[in-house]
Amino acid sequence: MKIAVCIKRVPDTELRFTIAADGQSLDSTGMKYEISTFDEYAVEAALRLNEAHGPGEVTVVGLGPAALGEQLRRAMSMGADRAIHLTADEVPFDGAAIAHALADALEGQSYDLILFGRNATDTGNGVVGPMVAHQLNLPCVTGISHLEIGAGQGTAKRVLEGAVETVTFPLPAVLTIDEGLGRPRIPSLKGIMGAKKKPLAESPAELGPVRVSVTALAPPPDRPPGRIVGQGADAVPELVRLLRDEAKVLS
Amino acid sequence: MTSILVFAETRENRLRQVAFEAITAARTAVDAAGGGEVHAMVAGSVGVGSVASDLGRYGADVALILEDAALERYNAEAVAATVAAQITAGGHRAALFSSSAEGRDIAPRVAGILGAPIAADVTAFTLDGDAITAVHPVYTGKAIATLRLEGTPAVLSQRPGAVSAVEAPRETTVESVRPAIDPASARVVVTQLGAAVGGTLDLGEAPVIVAGGRGLREAANFALVEALADAFGGTAAVGATRAVTDDGWRDPSVQIGQTGRLVSPDLYIAVGISGAIQHLAGMRTSKVIVAINRDKDAPIFTVADYGIVGDLFEVVPKLTEEIKAAVDHRPS
Ligand SMILES: Cc1cc2nc3c(=O)[nH]c(=O)nc-3n(C[C@H](O)[C@H](O)[C@H](O)COP(=O)(O)OP(=O)(O)OC[C@H]3O[C@@H](n4cnc5c(N)ncnc54)[C@H](O)[C@@H]3O)c2cc1C
Ligand SMILES: Nc1ncnc2c1ncn2[C@@H]1O[C@H](COP(=O)(O)O)[C@@H](O)[C@H]1O
Repeated sequence: MKIAVCIKRVPDTELRFTIAADGQSLDSTGMKYEISTFDEYAVEAALRLNEAHGPGEVTVVGLGPAALGEQLRRAMSMGADRAIHLTADEVPFDGAAIAHALADALEGQSYDLILFGRNATDTGNGVVGPMVAHQLNLPCVTGISHLEIGAGQGTAKRVLEGAVETVTFPLPAVLTIDEGLGRPRIPSLKGIMGAKKKPLAESPAELGPVRVSVTALAPPPDRPPGRIVGQGADAVPELVRLLRDEAKVLS
Repeated sequence: MTSILVFAETRENRLRQVAFEAITAARTAVDAAGGGEVHAMVAGSVGVGSVASDLGRYGADVALILEDAALERYNAEAVAATVAAQITAGGHRAALFSSSAEGRDIAPRVAGILGAPIAADVTAFTLDGDAITAVHPVYTGKAIATLRLEGTPAVLSQRPGAVSAVEAPRETTVESVRPAIDPASARVVVTQLGAAVGGTLDLGEAPVIVAGGRGLREAANFALVEALADAFGGTAAVGATRAVTDDGWRDPSVQIGQTGRLVSPDLYIAVGISGAIQHLAGMRTSKVIVAINRDKDAPIFTVADYGIVGDLFEVVPKLTEEIKAAVDHRPS
């Protein structure tokens, strides 16, 4: 199968960070970046599909600054065959603007599947995938945690609140990938060496109009300092009293 | 006059709590902008129209009912096309969804069809003339962004639990809506809806969540967590960490955290959970957090309002007993 996976360069989610003096962005000192969590799951899913279904090709597509090359290479060291880098010095927050550029680059390339993450870990939006699907007029299934592909058709499971839904869809299709399809592999040394020789094509991103922007960025509200009520089971009556009389969550 | 179209989610022909939250938020926003209308749309199979009066109870002026036997099965394309057509026909300022699994699935499609700006998973928003200001957690909850959306109509989805539903009864006009595309034709076909997992009360709607971690040692001990949840008399749901869902002790659908569910209940009780950054990402917006952990340095205590340092196997049964007593004796 010919599969495209859209991957985003995002700040490492394990890191603590501070907000820059402009109050609109992150302080980039000491910042590390990674492939957005669900996008890495999507790369893994694409690789497994082709391992199961015989020869195919996995293309990773990213939109971002020059340094995004690092994440594209990492995906190729995991096993992706080639990469497309849509260059943009600034990546807008607006998912529609990004979707426009990705859809442009994906159009007419006859991919059987186009995979996205459930959401990017920086924006937390989950809008780019379905918007690309709309622009390319392809069926779209979001938040997939299980996937099987057979003759021209796929079966996927989505975890909803309190239920699991099974759907079938025709190929080509756009899918957004949740956890559950298999943990991303760690690139081998051979993979890392091989990735250096794989093709990486660059072209400027044709972003759509930007109509959603971040006007302020703040740390989450501080939680009032908590308190250790006590040690062991003896502390339970006091905890329950606090929950009832102070926090008022028991009435 | 300004107006907002709310997509009011239903399940089995009953409105979900998130629908009331969305109507309340829309009502508040149009009232703050000088008054206007809230149109609430439901889409479902035959009989879904019975919810119309409940839509009015929370402040909807108009109830839009899309009733079609084929919508017995979820059909995102047909619903999105119909919502988009309604927004255009009604000249609405914005469409508001819940950022539940269904809302997250439909909202971006509607934005795509309308070419509208979209903000997902917002915790608050206001109509500011030509723009909409929305608040949205970013970087897995480590920062809060204020967003400016330019253009009419705009599409928003609201985080479950971010706004409390408040009754504000109105006279409601009921209109039936015709589907914009045939609900019987779908490219993506739902073939099965599995039985509910993780209890009858959904994590997104439960006022109380009792979550268990690896400190429970084995699957069977989750009975302790279930008993504590039961002690709340039907208001508590059970959640878990990834360590637990990975080991197959609980269904993955109840995982809370960065790669699981994002929840904000009134009360969150963390039992034998260390408080890894990916777990905190999913629950740190809970109103009151209680942690039970034998390690006084566990990071969960940095976000907990109340903590007990101790062996969960001693603390939890005692807590279950006392909660049960407190809940049984509360004034009704
Ligand atoms: C990309 C990525 C995404 C992730 N996403 C998520 C996610 O969405 N959700 C999530 O939860 N995790 C997630 N994780 C995993 C996360 O990093 C942690 O590994 C996980 O949350 C730990 O689960 P835990 O607290 O149950 O287990 P542990 O970290 O092992 O903690 C167990 C705790 O139980 C306590 N304990 C042990 N015995 C007792 C006892 N008898 N009485 C009282 N306390 C006791 C211990 O002191 C300890 O603090 C993710 C990780 C990665 C890398
Ligand atoms: N700049 C980007 N480059 C490549 N893919 C992206 C980019 N932004 C978003 N995506 C894809 O779209 C998904 C959803 O992003 P979002 O709508 O921002 O949550 C991500 O998980 C990626 O698969």
